[in-house]
Amino acid sequence: MSIAAAFFYLFAGVCVASAFMVIAARNPVHSVLFLILAFVNAAGLLLLLGAEFLAMILVVVYVGAVAVLFLFVVMMLDVDFAELKQGVLQFLPVGALVGIVFLVELLLVVGAWTFGPGVPRSIEAAIPPLETMTNTEALGLVLYTRYIYFFQAAGLVLLIAMIGAIVLTLQHRRGVKRQDVARQNARTPETAIEIRKVQPGQGI
Amino acid sequence: MNPATLPPLVPALPELMLALGAMALLMFGVFRGPRFVHVISGLAIALLLLAAVMVVYLPGGTLTTFGGSFVVDDFARFMKVLALVGSAAAIALSTDYFDSLREQRFEYPILIVLSTIGMMMLISAADLIALYLGLETMSLVLYVLAAIHRTSVRSSEAGLKYFVLGALSSGMLLYGASLVYGFTGTVSFSGIARATAEQTSMGLLFGLVFLFAGFCFKVSAVPFHMWTPDVYEGAPTPVTAFFASAPKVAGIAMFIRGAIDAFPDIAPQWQQIVGFVAIASMLLGSFAAIGQRNFKRLMAYSSIGHMGFALIGLAAGTEEGVRGVLIYTAIYVAMTLGTFAVILSMRRKVGYVEDIGDLSGLARTHPALAFFLAVLLFSLAGIPPLAGFFAKFYVFLAAIKAGLYALAVIGVLASVVAAYYYLAIVKIMYFDEAGEGFEPMSAELKVVLGLAGLINLLFFVYPSPLLETATSAARSLF
Repeated sequence: MSIAAAFFYLFAGVCVASAFMVIAARNPVHSVLFLILAFVNAAGLLLLLGAEFLAMILVVVYVGAVAVLFLFVVMMLDVDFAELKQGVLQFLPVGALVGIVFLVELLLVVGAWTFGPGVPRSIEAAIPPLETMTNTEALGLVLYTRYIYFFQAAGLVLLIAMIGAIVLTLQHRRGVKRQDVARQNARTPETAIEIRKVQPGQGI
Repeated sequence: MNPATLPPLVPALPELMLALGAMALLMFGVFRGPRFVHVISGLAIALLLLAAVMVVYLPGGTLTTFGGSFVVDDFARFMKVLALVGSAAAIALSTDYFDSLREQRFEYPILIVLSTIGMMMLISAADLIALYLGLETMSLVLYVLAAIHRTSVRSSEAGLKYFVLGALSSGMLLYGASLVYGFTGTVSFSGIARATAEQTSMGLLFGLVFLFAGFCFKVSAVPFHMWTPDVYEGAPTPVTAFFASAPKVAGIAMFIRGAIDAFPDIAPQWQQIVGFVAIASMLLGSFAAIGQRNFKRLMAYSSIGHMGFALIGLAAGTEEGVRGVLIYTAIYVAMTLGTFAVILSMRRKVGYVEDIGDLSGLARTHPALAFFLAVLLFSLAGIPPLAGFFAKFYVFLAAIKAGLYALAVIGVLASVVAAYYYLAIVKIMYFDEAGEGFEPMSAELKVVLGLAGLINLLFFVYPSPLLETATSAARSLF
């Protein structure tokens, strides 16, 4: 067994096991930690495939941002996850049945997989060979040229998500003291301090 | 492609103008605050109408850009103008409502403009990635708008329900798109059409079914209609008016282009699906609406039924069928916006009312309002010589010419059943005891209602502009 195969089984095994633990763990914090473990192992799998850019993005975005945010939310909200999970055993038989049916159907579909004659040509056109350039470079070459429309459209979706989040959550409360940096910077000793002469033995 | 050159931007000029305009309005709103809500609404309407003019005056013929993923043909022009006008009318309908509830949000018109950009991207999309991005741009705004009354439990519930189910349908659509990509090796519609002409497989059909499930959800066709009544009832009424008009146009456009451009060689396969969906939607839209007391909920079932009628034309799969769908969609938008203008004018001293019973005796308290609503309801029911009759006539004609007799017969029967509940409202307005009158209508509502009513009433006098543009739009797809 080659080194790559050994690592594949290591990453894949840990990934599946930790994914199972995400839904099986009693403590929600443990669930999130197992989720992080699953992400890191998935990144390892991508590295084995030679997709190093995707692997790094997975670690940066999912582990660095998404999972940590999850962790914050889980720790800050007082949600009783144990109670939410009460029905799991009850729904398990039906859920498992649906899952198995779906799996069998998928296997039937993928089993009938045949490449159309035109397929290999179009795939070769999409990705330059790995020996000539790294895939970060390949992405950089097409992202702002061939796919500029998709890139900008995705940006528009993110803008809308941001506006939407603000519209739905921002509340303008009255009577809140806000920091006004310009006013703070404009303060001088003359406006901020008042010097009074105090006579000995008397108050102000 | 030379990396240094920008792709030609002329075909996408209206979208670019709208995007820049929306961002400028956003800055204006953020820095000048909520006192200028009316100015922003007016500017947003002007922006949308300007974009509609630009779409009409783009260079003729079929324009493509961005590596073939963005197409402007006569079909796109027709649908874009319809979506832009529908969105502009939806903004016009909203101002009075939010004023009287003191809930003015300057983001509301801006969000609608952003959503309209998504619709235009969707209408022009000629590959699966562009289609998905356009769809998300459009839908994300809809989720936010449904929940825009943060303090109302019903509005929040509607937003959340729509969001969860919308995310599920997006997932199905993406899954279908991935299967289609996996079995054809390309995401562009023309490439998929070439690959399916060479060879079809089970996996491709699986992908097609999932893709169509996503489409059906967006046009709220049975069996993916479950969200519609709840969301229509829970969302604020102007938002419901918006949901029922422009996004439906974009959804139908996406459905047609997806089916006809990408899968022309396996048409018999998807015609079965579309035919079933059309029958189920027509029947459910007709029978489930009978028991409804809430006008908005009734309009939800009505829109499900109308989407079923429109899809008959697509099930025919011919140029004439597509022409029927286009005419149907245009008239549907006019009927729906007019009806919602009436719902939005159902305001008493205590606030807005939504029950059909509140319309009783409207002919005595507000004769003009009752007359226009009666015209719109007769048109929705498809009674000649109003526009709604011609809408149904053209799709049924196409179905019969394509040999789909069963579909046409069921369609006619369903429209008879649907006529019952539309006429029941007319009866309540004209023959029941008069109730308390409504507050006077605002000017915007009057304009929208008057235009919609006149279009429906006088369509038969001068139908040729709509028929001719729809004919050339349908021709550009084949």
